[in-house]
Amino acid sequence: MPRLTDANVTIAKEIIGRYPRPKSALIPILHLAQEQDGYVSEDAMRHIAELLGITPAEVYGTATFYEMFKFEPVGRYCINVCTNISCQLLGAWELLEHAEHHLGIKAGSTTDDGMFTIEDVECIAACTEAPALQVNYRYRYRVTHAEFDLLIADLRAGGLADEIPPHGTLARVRQRTPQNWADTGRTAQAEVDAR
Amino acid sequence: MTDTPTPTSYTVPGLVPTGPRLITARFDVADGFTYDGYVRTGGYTALRKALTSMTPQQVHDEVRTSEMQGRGGAGFPAGTKWGFLPPDVFPRYLVINGDESEPGTYKDRMLMELDPHQLIEGVVIAAYAIGAAQAFLYVRGEMALAQERLAQALNDAYANGLVGRNILGTDFSVDVTLTWGAGAYIVGEETALIESLEGERGMPRLKPPFFPAAKGLYMQPTIVNNVETLSNVPWIINESGQAFHDLGAPTSTGMRMFAVSGHVNRPGVFEVPNGITTFRMLFEAPEYCGGVRHGRSVKAFIPGGASAMWFFDEHLDLPLDKPTVDQAGSMLGSGAIVVMDDRTDMVAACWRVVRFFARESCGKCTPCREGTTWLERILKRMLDGHGRADDLATLLDVCESISPGLAWPPRQTTICPLGPSAVSPIASAVRRFQHEFEHYVQHGRPIDGVERHAIHGAGAHV
Amino acid sequence: MSDETIDDTDGTDVDAATEPEPEPKRTLTVTVDGRPFEAQPGSMVIDAAIAAGSYVPHFCYHPRMTPVGMCRQCFVEVDGPRGPMMVVSCMTPVAEGQVVRTDTPQVKRAQEGVLELLLVNHPLDCPVCDKGGECPLQDQAFSHGPGESRFVEQKRHWEKPIPISDLVFLDRERCIQCDRCTRFADEVAGDKLIHFISRGNDTQVMTFPDEPFSSYFSGNTVQICPVGALTASPYRFKARPWDLDQRASTCTTCSVGCRTVVQSTRDELVRYQGLDVESVNWGWLCDRGRFNFESIGSDDRLTTPLVRGESGLEPTSWTGALGAAARLVTEALESGGPRSIGILGGARGTNEDAFAWAALADALGVTLRDAQVGDGLPTEVLGLPRATITDAANAPTIVLLGPDLKEELPVLYLRLRDAAEKRRSRIVELSSVGTGLSRYAWKRFPYEPGLGAQAVSAALADPEVRDQLARGPVVVVAGRGNLAESQEVATATLASLLDGLTGAGASWSVLPALRRGNVVGALQLGMAPSEGAGGGLDVLRAAAEGRLELLVLVGSDPMADCPDTDLARRALAGARRIVAVDTFLTASSEQADVVLAAAAYGEKDGTTTNLEGRVSGVVAKVTATGTSRPDWMIATELGLALGHDLGFGSVDDVTDAIATRVPAYAGVTRTAVARNVEGVLTEAPLAFLPPASSSAGERNNYDYRLVVSRTLYDRAVGTATSPSLAHLAPGPAALVHPLDLELVGVSAGTEVQLVGARSSVVLPLHTDATVPRGTVRVRFQQGGGSVGELVDASTPIVDVRIERL
Repeated sequence: MPRLTDANVTIAKEIIGRYPRPKSALIPILHLAQEQDGYVSEDAMRHIAELLGITPAEVYGTATFYEMFKFEPVGRYCINVCTNISCQLLGAWELLEHAEHHLGIKAGSTTDDGMFTIEDVECIAACTEAPALQVNYRYRYRVTHAEFDLLIADLRAGGLADEIPPHGTLARVRQRTPQNWADTGRTAQAEVDAR
Repeated sequence: MTDTPTPTSYTVPGLVPTGPRLITARFDVADGFTYDGYVRTGGYTALRKALTSMTPQQVHDEVRTSEMQGRGGAGFPAGTKWGFLPPDVFPRYLVINGDESEPGTYKDRMLMELDPHQLIEGVVIAAYAIGAAQAFLYVRGEMALAQERLAQALNDAYANGLVGRNILGTDFSVDVTLTWGAGAYIVGEETALIESLEGERGMPRLKPPFFPAAKGLYMQPTIVNNVETLSNVPWIINESGQAFHDLGAPTSTGMRMFAVSGHVNRPGVFEVPNGITTFRMLFEAPEYCGGVRHGRSVKAFIPGGASAMWFFDEHLDLPLDKPTVDQAGSMLGSGAIVVMDDRTDMVAACWRVVRFFARESCGKCTPCREGTTWLERILKRMLDGHGRADDLATLLDVCESISPGLAWPPRQTTICPLGPSAVSPIASAVRRFQHEFEHYVQHGRPIDGVERHAIHGAGAHV
Repeated sequence: MSDETIDDTDGTDVDAATEPEPEPKRTLTVTVDGRPFEAQPGSMVIDAAIAAGSYVPHFCYHPRMTPVGMCRQCFVEVDGPRGPMMVVSCMTPVAEGQVVRTDTPQVKRAQEGVLELLLVNHPLDCPVCDKGGECPLQDQAFSHGPGESRFVEQKRHWEKPIPISDLVFLDRERCIQCDRCTRFADEVAGDKLIHFISRGNDTQVMTFPDEPFSSYFSGNTVQICPVGALTASPYRFKARPWDLDQRASTCTTCSVGCRTVVQSTRDELVRYQGLDVESVNWGWLCDRGRFNFESIGSDDRLTTPLVRGESGLEPTSWTGALGAAARLVTEALESGGPRSIGILGGARGTNEDAFAWAALADALGVTLRDAQVGDGLPTEVLGLPRATITDAANAPTIVLLGPDLKEELPVLYLRLRDAAEKRRSRIVELSSVGTGLSRYAWKRFPYEPGLGAQAVSAALADPEVRDQLARGPVVVVAGRGNLAESQEVATATLASLLDGLTGAGASWSVLPALRRGNVVGALQLGMAPSEGAGGGLDVLRAAAEGRLELLVLVGSDPMADCPDTDLARRALAGARRIVAVDTFLTASSEQADVVLAAAAYGEKDGTTTNLEGRVSGVVAKVTATGTSRPDWMIATELGLALGHDLGFGSVDDVTDAIATRVPAYAGVTRTAVARNVEGVLTEAPLAFLPPASSSAGERNNYDYRLVVSRTLYDRAVGTATSPSLAHLAPGPAALVHPLDLELVGVSAGTEVQLVGARSSVVLPLHTDATVPRGTVRVRFQQGGGSVGELVDASTPIVDVRIERL
């Protein structure tokens, strides 16, 4: 199982530098690990613990609290169907049932070819556009069953590769630490912590 | 400043009050989310004004004058909140709560995706007002586009000297760190958000003693403000706190964003005059939702997010005014309104909201960790046709163990309000539609005339 | 509980150290269930309510840890500005005039509601649960719970139980998520190896995959678990609580002297629990101290005396053995006089044992005696202005010049770690290799073995250190951090430190970090070398040089204890006769002519003295193994056989005699020891360190300077004969800096030869980044190539070459 690549260690260190205390960078770096491998591996968690000066158990404790982190490989495309109240009222369960039928898997599992994972998720903040779903956290609104089938076909055909990166990649634009980074928070907090 | 968008007024003669669009105006500008688009449409003028012609105290005073209520859910006036910071304790931090996840809520994401610079401008102004050493923009993990737009916006803002060292050539410096979650509703609670920002499990802290303004991020004084709240700040600085106060109702000032979803013809997010507009106007006016779908009637609606007590047809003419809605036994919360028509299965609706809280409980307090799951299991069993005669009594008794008295505002045996939030739908639905629950228990199916959902096997544990 | 306790548990007050001295403590008057009660400011309502005699059920609250308010069981009603309100009493501070009610119908309803919820997922496997009978949840359910459960859904199911370390099992189904074990691991032990994982209803305690909860303090989590979720392998299914018989005692594994509760069933020791005393252990124990009771019931224990016959050591009667021993004493006195007899030991027994043997030595005129064998510091260190553990843990500055406390005096490590973490104290560490406290140290001054005086100079020249010293009392924790560095060098370094502190105007005191259980008691009660007679090493040298007719080992095992193995070997060979008093046949006692089987800890009553000079009781809880007897009795009977009546008919006689005859122990009456759970503090007569010089030169570039230090788990007899602990010893190894490993040119784990001036040993070479370049650290007493072969007690330091095989 992989540790973080050198390039990602560089990014991780830059992220750490943007917080007054290193552990604050934990969740963003877990995302980085997930971006690298599609899931968060044990070796990556050990590596992150080293980078942050904490124990792997602490990394694990935080990581497992949050639903987005996967600890074993999932599909290239994670299809999260919202079934919360607004979506339920407008046919989310029927959409989910259709999705399961169409892909031949139950919610919470992955197709044999490793392409798709379906999940039954909580509100994704698209309530007025129900029923809504996300593919790797990219929205699809007011999804009809036919549109769902089309979506799957497009994803299989690679037609949406530009818009939807593989699972794990969240924002494709990163905040940078520019020349005029003031660093006032870290300096001030370090003073307090030293006391 | 050419090309400033003209504020759109929604006018339904004799019915809908009019008002400008303070923070959603740029939603109609194709490139409103870019640096160029933002500056072209009047962006960053408020920041310049604040930093070059106002003291931090004056900025604070404007916000105090506006009496803007926080838009995150609790509705606490932002200016008053800023005033809670203990003097002379530094460093202090500003944390922006962009972890929008309350079911039905859909506005902060739009503000972050469609007008990220407006938020950043508000953040820097607020940081200036409160003397923050650093600001942390915490975006919900699942909102990839919002993260991308904000990252780009921050990079551009830094590049243009609007964030970071010596902003706009002044002595004022502040960094804004974009950070993001990873899927946990509870992190929307401010102390849980702080825990998450410290790299911990997002479990709320007890208040007192951990009021963020006194002991927040890294136990330093911290202000946690909602995205919509801070997005209003540039307008307030440009136009004055009094101008903001003059909009809306005296008890609920300004304009406010509401997301209306569910069984209406035109669900959507609307910026409406706060405190004046009524629920009925919102649901029925053609400019807004255009009526309940298929011409049906409203059976119930959630006025302020899944945590709120439900409202019924007798509440339709209440204005969207915080004290009025509080008085009526619920809340406007995060501006999330979910409309259920007369064909809605109340037991299924109630279960779905309860399942949400059961799945999102952080697990810290026994009543919530064990109680919400228990409630969910009983309701699911009813839906599955295996209800038992004593289920309704047990349901209410477990509710009582989480929220004594099932009152509003809720009392709670838990640290944070998540547990009692799971009680709200039950207290609402069981009181009003007891026969629907009893019907499920007796017949294993809903009453006639309601829509059934293809709910399949999805309990709290997935 | 005293007010200090409550302050200590207030983890949120991180700035305490920088704030001005608090005003003199006053109390707050609160009313609990109608009764007025004087509460300590800063304490919580739960403390006041319980102290006032009211019953407040609770699970997550623990007075020694930060309250978290998780279980929600401790609701009480407090009058607030808007009328009565329900609060969790563990997180509500007391306030003047507060009115607290613990028994209103609302409170009862809330408590019963929470209890029902705690039970919904709790398996009702009490009949097969080790906790059954002493389980707060069971008790609470029994007295206040509903008769039957309304929870008809399926309970949570998890694999049960799973081992989370070599000693601890976890049953997640029983866990009620109170955060006690995880809080302990985090804030008390600093070993964040267990953590809550997952969320909500799935929340569980867990380790990282394949990284066990290998904390030296793991047993405490079992003790504080309010249900049977955590169980310790040595106690699992051993006994039911109602079959246990228990007495308060003191652990003598090391010299911290943690108070314990010793529990037995059917005359077998089955469990030790920590007893919460403010001055010493706060309820905690290390795992070695908690679990090494297994050795007391070991099959390898000596059950009868042994006398060397034609076929070696042979069991014999006490009459025969004592007669044989008496004959050896008489012969020695006749042929060489009292100066031809040396007595070593006392540190492994009780005060009474040491005192009786010293009395016998006095009666015989034997002056060559010592409780240490070159593994400690001069006795005079006890006569320096002495600090208590609490003094150290409250001192603005703690200077460490000694062993790795985490390895040698683990609960002292916890206390000092707490002092640093809670910002009461700043730690200045002078050491040759990193220690458990290094990461909590404010400043570190590493030094090459032998050159400690240079580190002292560097520390005292540091302006920040000098400012710090001016901030109040300085406590020096002094011991032997490196057994390859001579006692003389260690003494000289300590002397230079104390001189320097005096010169800097610091107000200092010393906490002696001598390790062995009752070494302080033995030294204070007559087993210290007589003036001018030389210490333990001199006794061994006299034996090695053939000047001893008789060597008496009272629990002393020079082959294991003395850093200089060659000297010990030559001493045992050179002594004409050896009498050993021991619980096991050790590498030393197996060479004796007469072995007198001694009763062990847990089998004998008496008192012990900890490193602060605090005297507390130890108790006999089980019948002594075989015919073994306590050391004091053996001394008394040997005296009688030699015509000297020491006047001791019972252990109480010895305790009384100590109080009567030893001025420092005048207050240590049986009554005082029995009454004071905190023990009775003694003071040694004032003394000055003997002159010592440090003559270690610079290291040759090709050499590595040797550090020999202990680890908690080693091949010591008490550990090696405790099955649960025996396999925890890390094993023999030489440790160097990773870059030095490259220099040697072997891969980690390869066996290499350490070549010293006198001998060489073969050890696997591993890396340890806390070992500085040019230094090699070898763990003491781990079996394999004995590093003691390299140590020459007569040289200041030991340099070795590392050679590939």
